[in-house]
Amino acid sequence: MNAALPRWADLILLPLINLLLALGLTALIVLATGSDPVAALTALAVGSLGSADAIGYTLYYATNMAFTGLAVAVAFQGGLFNIGAEGQAYLAGLGVALAALNLEFLPPALLVPLAILAGAGFGAFWAAIPGWLQAKRGSHIVITTIMFNFLAASLMVYLIVNVLIAPGSMSPETRRFTTAADLPGLASFGFPSSAPVNLALVLALLAAGGVWLLIWRTPWGYALRVMGESPEVARYAGIDQGRMTVLVMALSGALAGGVAVNELLGAQHKLLLGFTGGYGFTGIAVALMGRNHPGGVLLSALLFGALTQGGAEMAFEVPDVPSEIVVLIQGLVILFAGALGNMLRPGLSRLLQRKPA
Amino acid sequence: MAASDAAAPAIELVGIDKRFGAVHANRAVDLVVRRGHIHGIIGENGAGKSTLMAILHGFYQADAGTIRVNGHEATIRDSRDAIRLGIEMVHQHFMLVERFTVLENVMLGAEGGARLAPGAARARAELSRLGEAYGLTVDPDARIEDLPVGAQQRVEILKALYRGAEVLILDEPTGVLTPQEADDLFRVLRALRDQGRTVLLITHKLREIMAITDRVSVMRAGQMVAHRNTAETSIAELGELMIGRRLSAPAPRPAPRLGETLLEARGLSLRDAAGVERVKGVDLALRGGEILGIAGVAGNGQGELLEALAGMRTPSAGEIRLNGRTVFPGRDFNAASLRRQRLGHVPEDRLRSGLVRTARAAETAILGYQHDPAYRTGLGLLSHDKILAHGARLMRDYDVRPADPSLRSSLFSGGNQQKLILGREIERDPAVLLVGQPTRGVDIGGIDAIHQRLLACRAAGKAVLVVSVELDEILALADRILVMFDGRIMGELTAAEATEQRLGLLMAGVQDVAA
Repeated sequence: MNAALPRWADLILLPLINLLLALGLTALIVLATGSDPVAALTALAVGSLGSADAIGYTLYYATNMAFTGLAVAVAFQGGLFNIGAEGQAYLAGLGVALAALNLEFLPPALLVPLAILAGAGFGAFWAAIPGWLQAKRGSHIVITTIMFNFLAASLMVYLIVNVLIAPGSMSPETRRFTTAADLPGLASFGFPSSAPVNLALVLALLAAGGVWLLIWRTPWGYALRVMGESPEVARYAGIDQGRMTVLVMALSGALAGGVAVNELLGAQHKLLLGFTGGYGFTGIAVALMGRNHPGGVLLSALLFGALTQGGAEMAFEVPDVPSEIVVLIQGLVILFAGALGNMLRPGLSRLLQRKPA
Repeated sequence: MAASDAAAPAIELVGIDKRFGAVHANRAVDLVVRRGHIHGIIGENGAGKSTLMAILHGFYQADAGTIRVNGHEATIRDSRDAIRLGIEMVHQHFMLVERFTVLENVMLGAEGGARLAPGAARARAELSRLGEAYGLTVDPDARIEDLPVGAQQRVEILKALYRGAEVLILDEPTGVLTPQEADDLFRVLRALRDQGRTVLLITHKLREIMAITDRVSVMRAGQMVAHRNTAETSIAELGELMIGRRLSAPAPRPAPRLGETLLEARGLSLRDAAGVERVKGVDLALRGGEILGIAGVAGNGQGELLEALAGMRTPSAGEIRLNGRTVFPGRDFNAASLRRQRLGHVPEDRLRSGLVRTARAAETAILGYQHDPAYRTGLGLLSHDKILAHGARLMRDYDVRPADPSLRSSLFSGGNQQKLILGREIERDPAVLLVGQPTRGVDIGGIDAIHQRLLACRAAGKAVLVVSVELDEILALADRILVMFDGRIMGELTAAEATEQRLGLLMAGVQDVAA
């Protein structure tokens, strides 16, 4: 049952109600654990949006999620469920680090773009393999991308611990990249905070615009959407689906590589173990909530970024609220906005139809 | 059952009303079906027949109105209620478990206890009794997947009877049958009637109504427009009632002005994904200015042949020549490349492959031609304005209603979707036009418009190939007819030689003795 809703209600009102439901249920659970839900939710809100620092961190997290969200969304437009953004982002870190560590002699204006390209390239390569396996061998992309997450993790542990580790260092990370490879923080453009939010945010916005153009304004994007709608229709239209699958997976992996740019060039300035921090998986939820539309992905990335940042603050400010509550909120948001996203649709549609619009 | 019931009608519907959003599918429908009758319900697609039957079978519930079964008011909330009242439905698409035997399918849902054996023995006895009583003979131990379609349908009917059906609803039962199989079905239905059961036959084929029913009700636009005793009406009258205007007799066609051979296949064979050979050494040649019809019962390789000719599947052997050039075997054999070589293709199953369902009509109208620079802006990006303008023009030219290019493709009726696809393929001025099931799911008014379009292509010197399971359609359109059976061409008839009888035999795999 896909009840018709006006566009504004579909895109804004319904997600908002779902979000409020998730927060309401969280409040009830906080209450049940014997804490003050008002204090907890206030800490969440203030912690994520209440100050320049809070906003800075929120945007910093949101940047990662925007990249992985876009990665998942673009593949999904072609009917491909890329679960492997985590591994692709991780491998992209290798590309970024190799460029940053080996091309130190270059000026920033060359080094930074090259490092970004290397990251995107490595991410694209890591995603294209499962794409190729599906296109040529029929191996299901969900399975292979999951497997490739494990492969990426093992490979990166080996490389960081045994090969790339800074000489004499005890912690599993490379030496610091040259400062020429630093992606400038927004602070250097007058943003009143020392939060690690950096130019990768702008890159994410550009990527979202690019993805939008590609999907809705090019014949290639048209063909991609046709394939996502139905492989049968694509076959009828003479679309080369094998080629399409490899290409869109490569694009998806390149987008996931943005996490490495934000984290390594923008914040950490070195390659370290586990820097992807699960953003690849959050990206699935972000894309789901953002309806696989670049605009929606940006908004939901902002929401998830705020939840991450605000949640950390809440755990700090209201210590008797278990820190797992943040994960709970994220889970509930995904549940209400994604899995149960259509639960309220028929009721809302009836309600809106009753009063003349 | 009380004695007074004997006189009451088997089914009585009073004032049935059903809306789906803005669509008023049934408006105050009244229907009386007498016991021991074969009662036909005809109407165009979208007239509300299926909705009405779905209400009777408990799939939908009416917004208003009363259902009486044997004179008693009944509430039918789901199909279990319907079955309890003795109302059974034989669906257009069979609801059988392919890998089960006939016996297992018949018992399904009526196993009769935790242990299968006693129930199975009972079912076996009952099956043989029913088989004898109604001439419904099927081997109880055959697997469904091994049975021909006609036999599968008999299993559906047996299943219904086994569960005690008093009223049997058949939804377009002859769509997948050869004429001979349809005759067998009609014999069974008559036997059922003669033993006091009631049959409700839903169809849009007027000839069937005349051949088999006792009484007929006509639906149009959600309303019952007439009830007639079959003996007192005619095809012409029913046709008029059904579409609300007089049907024009088909205009005689001028003889074909044959041009060059534009499409040719030699020894064409094709295997499906499972490696089964679906097309076996087919030869055909198609010249400009003629319509070649391919007849056959659904599933005898016509669909696969069509897809191979369109470049959607790679043949396993043989040769295809298009406009005098060998395209298969060849390096660039695919649908996009053949399309560039002026081959238009209206696919058999438009919902599955011809239509971008969730996209706007204007986007469906460029499917396959999305690379055409005519739809780009100066910067090389797709131009929504140009796509919409093209869609609007196409919809106007081909009378697609509503003519709103921004409307989702899935929201159009079958006939209008088909006109949109046909328009898309014809407007490119193809040399060869392949059309699969041109009017499947299209209402009568639409059928006429589509046939006119195809005849116009013929007059314009195009080579037109029509694959259809509707014999009427083949007979109305084709200059030459090839009949396919089990992946082979069983025979070729000219339009003048073709009769339903001869086609039917070929479709059943019997070589034409007269030929």
